[in-house]
Amino acid sequence: MQPIDPTFSDPELCRGLLDRIEDELDSPLRFMEVCGTHTTAIFRAGLPSLWSSRITHISGPGCPVCVTHSREIASCLELAGKDEVILASFGDLMRIPGPKGMSLGRARAKGADLRIIYSPLEALELAVQNPKRAVVFLGVGFETTAPATAVAICAARQAKLENFSVLCMHKLTPPALRALLREAEQEPVKEEDAPSNPVAPILDAFLLPGHVSTILGPEPFRFIADEYGKPGVIGGFEPTDILQSLLLMIRMRKKGRAKIVNQYSRAVDAKGNAKARALMDEVFTAADSLWRGLGLIPQSGLEIRAAYVDFDARERFSLDCSDPASALENPACKCGEVLRGRISPRECPLFAKVCVPERPAGPCMVSSEGSCAAFFRYQIDF
Amino acid sequence: MSEDYLLLEHGSGGRAAQRLIRDLFLPHFANPVLERMDDAAYLEAGPGALAMSTDGYTVDPVEFPGGDIGCLAVHGTVNDVSMLGARPLYLSCAFIMEEGLPLSLLERLARSMGKAARAAGVLIVTGDTKVVPRGAADKIFIVSTGIGRILAEPAPGGARAAVGDAVLVSGQVGEHGLTILTAREGIRGFAGLRSDCASLNHLVEALIREIGNIHVLRDPTRGGLATALGEIAVQSGTVCRVRERDVPVRAETAAACSLLGLDPLYLANEGKLICILPAAKAEAALTVLRRFPEGRAAACIGTIEAPGAGTRSGQTVLETAPGGRRLLPILEGEPLPRIC
Repeated sequence: MQPIDPTFSDPELCRGLLDRIEDELDSPLRFMEVCGTHTTAIFRAGLPSLWSSRITHISGPGCPVCVTHSREIASCLELAGKDEVILASFGDLMRIPGPKGMSLGRARAKGADLRIIYSPLEALELAVQNPKRAVVFLGVGFETTAPATAVAICAARQAKLENFSVLCMHKLTPPALRALLREAEQEPVKEEDAPSNPVAPILDAFLLPGHVSTILGPEPFRFIADEYGKPGVIGGFEPTDILQSLLLMIRMRKKGRAKIVNQYSRAVDAKGNAKARALMDEVFTAADSLWRGLGLIPQSGLEIRAAYVDFDARERFSLDCSDPASALENPACKCGEVLRGRISPRECPLFAKVCVPERPAGPCMVSSEGSCAAFFRYQIDF
Repeated sequence: MSEDYLLLEHGSGGRAAQRLIRDLFLPHFANPVLERMDDAAYLEAGPGALAMSTDGYTVDPVEFPGGDIGCLAVHGTVNDVSMLGARPLYLSCAFIMEEGLPLSLLERLARSMGKAARAAGVLIVTGDTKVVPRGAADKIFIVSTGIGRILAEPAPGGARAAVGDAVLVSGQVGEHGLTILTAREGIRGFAGLRSDCASLNHLVEALIREIGNIHVLRDPTRGGLATALGEIAVQSGTVCRVRERDVPVRAETAAACSLLGLDPLYLANEGKLICILPAAKAEAALTVLRRFPEGRAAACIGTIEAPGAGTRSGQTVLETAPGGRRLLPILEGEPLPRIC
């Protein structure tokens, strides 16, 4: 299989970048790739087998499926149990465990009407085609998918579609990173917490999400450099993109000049996508949000504004999404620490024993983009 | 036929059922064994071992670019029998059909099955038709069973993959799965995708006769190439090493998969085979494969190795395009598109 553009995974080019990284790496580098697509790209290209053993990548909270809280899945399941409801969902939400091991996939097997779609606009079509049913779109994802949900809600209002609503579970990337950094600063890592690398700090640098940045631009990530002194690189997803991003991180750290650099300039504009942000702002407002593995993070989610309340499934179906206690997670699960960069998946006692992709105990094993799942699938000799 | 739609009485065993079989199926399946119309088919067995395989076909949509459930029920079972290094001879077919199925559609499917069977040189010798009420089945399900004669001993088998063997694949992978998925989900914008479904028995017979000592033959259907290789590694207690750059994938397939978040190595094929044999015979086997239209893009994609160097028996290791190494695991769940 030839890569779509072979230049970006050219072995010679990769070799050259790897040599420079090796030359310029002055001390061990622990970087966090925030986005689940980066996690998958790193593993799928086999990069950990190529780069220095002094480089550790830590998979952050950037897989939207993984961080969808089981309380939110409970709400999806509540909707799935209603005869009049057609749920429209992106495919990878199907296997996430909710309370009592129930998932949307299981709910479908038991008779729930759940349709897999590729765009929120398809959910609108479903609502038009099924006027007697209530179509609920399950809105998950970060700033990348939220604008499309906003478009669907605006279009539904314009078309006066009364049988369409959205269960909004969208989350915001920068507040989650801020929470991680604040916590890392407050509790410097203790040796027993990070046996794989006892040397603090937990994180030296960030590989920032390329897709999210097409919407946000670099600006919302500046605090990482300005307030926490960590270099951040907005990177593309091809092997050469990722390696070049690493080199940029290493150089910034060496110079002691932390900045946010845009390596993925072929896709990410310096101003991001103002139109998409305006649409998001029109329909949504920031709110506190529950993250699986991380808990409640202030102002890290989106909720539908009062002006669009008619399209808010929470209101329409009187769903109570506020009680995290109703959602029990396996207490031995260490996903929270994996997501915070404190341990590697293999250091979790459940990993590959109790917790495997077909029976995930925690969020990081759920989606193919979760760090534990990627580690389980692709890492040689774990 | 005067009726337009399949009715429950077509499955009653009475006149309507007889008419359906006589007028709709028999003309396309015509052969002397079937035409005796007894309760069972009378088959000449002869000496030697037999291969037998059965498979149920439930594909949705029932007609798709490059094929339909009818020809698939022939190709799929012919291929399964062939993978034991056998010459498929006879097929049985059971049809479970939903009331209300347009007879014109059924006629197209029967014609397609007859054509596929003639091309493969197999006889459909017995069958059954059932009609179930609307909603009790989705349009039409077909179960076909095939019997064939083993051509060479020892027959190819997954456990026979041996350290040092070469791993060949007979053509570009992922096309059937991608075609079905995009057709079923109504994903537009990928015109030109076609299922690769085809019978491979002639190609297998040429390999067995001209090359010999084929250790493994396997058709990578559901779960795709990656899963089939993983199963072979487990069966044989070896490690399969695959070079990503050498796996044939059509550029259109790769582009569509990249957009949809799918991996062509996990998508079903219905007209491809994996052939594992001693490395010294690899070139000659490729020459044979490339002689056939369905083997034109055949390639050597890897080798069978002993466990070690961080790998355990039963694993498949992929050498990635940029030169790295990672595991190529077997499929879990359904291949579903990602959301970001």
